[in-house]
Amino acid sequence: MEAYIFVSFIMFFSGIYGFLSRKSLLMVLISIELILNSADINFAVFNRYLYPEHFEGFFFAMFTIAISACETAVAIAIVINIYRNLNNVEVDSLDELKEPEASDEK
Amino acid sequence: MQYTLLILLLPLLSFVVLGLMDTKWKARVAGSVGTLVLSVVAALSYYTAWAYFSTANVGGIYQKIVPLQTVWMQFSGQLHIDLGILLDPISVMMLVVISTVSLMVHIYSLAYMKGEKGFERYYAFLSLFTFSMLGLVVATNIFQMYIFWELVGVSSYLLIGFYYTKPEAVAASKKAFIVTRFADLGFLIGILILSFYTQTFDFGVLNSGNAGIFASASGVTFMGASVLSWAMALIFIGGAGKSAMFPLHIWLPDAMEGPTPVSALIHAATMVVAGVYLVARLFPVYVTYTPDVLHGIAYVGAFTSLFAAVIACTQTDIKRVLAFSTISQIGYMMVGLGVSGYGGHEGTGYMASMFHLFTHAMFKALLFLGAGSVIHAVHSNEMQKMGGLRKYMPVTHLVFLIGCLAIAGIFPLSGFFSKDEILAATYMYSTGLGIGMSFIAGLTAFYMFRLYFNIFWGKENSYEHSPHESPLAMTIPLVVLAFFSFFGGLIPFGKFVTSDGAAYTGETNYVLAIVSVLIGITGILLAAAMYRKKTMLPDRVSQSLGFIYQLARNKFYVDELYLFITKNVFFKGMASPVSWYDRHVVNGSVNGLAVVTQWVSVKIKGIQTGKVQQYAWVFLLGTLLMAFLILFL
Repeated sequence: MEAYIFVSFIMFFSGIYGFLSRKSLLMVLISIELILNSADINFAVFNRYLYPEHFEGFFFAMFTIAISACETAVAIAIVINIYRNLNNVEVDSLDELKEPEASDEK
Repeated sequence: MQYTLLILLLPLLSFVVLGLMDTKWKARVAGSVGTLVLSVVAALSYYTAWAYFSTANVGGIYQKIVPLQTVWMQFSGQLHIDLGILLDPISVMMLVVISTVSLMVHIYSLAYMKGEKGFERYYAFLSLFTFSMLGLVVATNIFQMYIFWELVGVSSYLLIGFYYTKPEAVAASKKAFIVTRFADLGFLIGILILSFYTQTFDFGVLNSGNAGIFASASGVTFMGASVLSWAMALIFIGGAGKSAMFPLHIWLPDAMEGPTPVSALIHAATMVVAGVYLVARLFPVYVTYTPDVLHGIAYVGAFTSLFAAVIACTQTDIKRVLAFSTISQIGYMMVGLGVSGYGGHEGTGYMASMFHLFTHAMFKALLFLGAGSVIHAVHSNEMQKMGGLRKYMPVTHLVFLIGCLAIAGIFPLSGFFSKDEILAATYMYSTGLGIGMSFIAGLTAFYMFRLYFNIFWGKENSYEHSPHESPLAMTIPLVVLAFFSFFGGLIPFGKFVTSDGAAYTGETNYVLAIVSVLIGITGILLAAAMYRKKTMLPDRVSQSLGFIYQLARNKFYVDELYLFITKNVFFKGMASPVSWYDRHVVNGSVNGLAVVTQWVSVKIKGIQTGKVQQYAWVFLLGTLLMAFLILFL
């Protein structure tokens, strides 16, 4: 069991690391997938070892996969739109909503 | 007699329907509906009067009948506001007066207001006014009266400002509303004081002669007078505002900006006598517990009467002459009430005042409608533009003459009887006051005939298109009112309306009657000498009077005084500091809050970098911190 947990642990933190450090939106998305999948592994593992006669954990994992697929589809759509507007997919360039620097101070 | 509720509800219904239909109906339909409803109301009022006076007399005294009474608001065990209908001699008399004049005005307006923009609105407002005024007179308690009192004020405001595109009309309507509203403040305070001490609003209880309920109010004194006196004086101030007593009379002459039939209905016959009615309604309280206030009312009335009569002699706008004459006549009624005692011969003043209210409503409505007919023909209010009209408008001329003779108090027209009773009562109270009132009667005859001769005689003006007699819808109401003005005085009024409800036949004081007729005739002859032919006499007289003439011509500068006081005392002394406080302290604190918030937000907005990954870092660190706290603490 520890081995499974260890794998999911590594996946989770490499996901976090990727989410925080990658510049490309696509890589950020892939990192999110890693985090989600590590959570799925946890669901399956804990179900398998703690309640072997039940299947709820597996079902949850299935649901999560389906939902993350949808979420990814939406995210990809957003990324495509961002690319159309900004001509790149760099995370750092997405600060349009911020108030422009020192514009209307009284 | 529960059907009396219909008298109230029908005009209200008519107001709602006409108001909602507004322009959806043709003007003629709206006018017909309004007039039809009013004629039903008038018929019901007559029936009520007949039924009341034939059945309510028990043991020689007219009983109060309350056909309807519901508790509306319960404040405490004793104190509650009711809504109901009270029938007694004066309220029944007022029902007849109001519905008659209102019906005449409705019919008259069909022709007079023909083709005016907002004809339907006009009829809706007329219905509203009729409803409020009828509600005012049948109120069972002082608070219900106050509610309708304000409703009357509103409808008066709406009707004065009927020509709302005219700045003078708008100013006049505002002036009327504010001045009467200001007086109503006194009324309201008076009601509150009275009800606080007596624990009742009900007229029946207040007038029952039960001294116990006034004991607490008479006992407490404030600034040298008992609280009860203060309350009654304040209530009179409310009445003085509506009835245009000096110095609250300034709104009435300006109110003539409204359509002439409205002036006839509201500002001559019905609403302006509401103050008189109020005093009459509470008369037992005034006369028994606060006679000083009542005498004060007499002097206020007498002064107002003289004051307005003098001004009326100098005005050139015919409607304004009539307005000042109305003020003067209401002053007469107030004097009648003020000098009256309670019951029998002592109560002549009360009876005379109500009698004069009745006859005055008829002949003043007649005069106003007659003036409206003249204005309709000449298209001007100014006397100088008229003259020699008797050839063109024979019917109007005749009825106007009847009206003038009635108000001048010439035997045997209605004004003679009622005015004579008031004079008799006044002489009984004080000879000095009586002589003053006789003098005013002479002035009245003079200025009314000045008006009459200037309009119908005198030099004939060159009219652009020759004036013509008014249509039938206008002359019929005139003739009807002329009939009442002529024969109204023959009603044995003392049999119906007296201070204590018992019938009483006044003995005619022949000397006084002959003298006052002679005074009236003197006034008329004087006016005839000055104005019948175009002479230099009026100018010479006015020049020789010089200063006084100028004073009267400018209405003794009361308006200017008011303006001065409001500008310098209220605006500068009160309104400006209040507005400064509002602008700087109230607005300032709110603005200050906004400024501080903005300043804080500017200072901390650097945190919002817009970098998603930075947020994620913070989020992660926060989560770790929380996990750390939960695990190890």
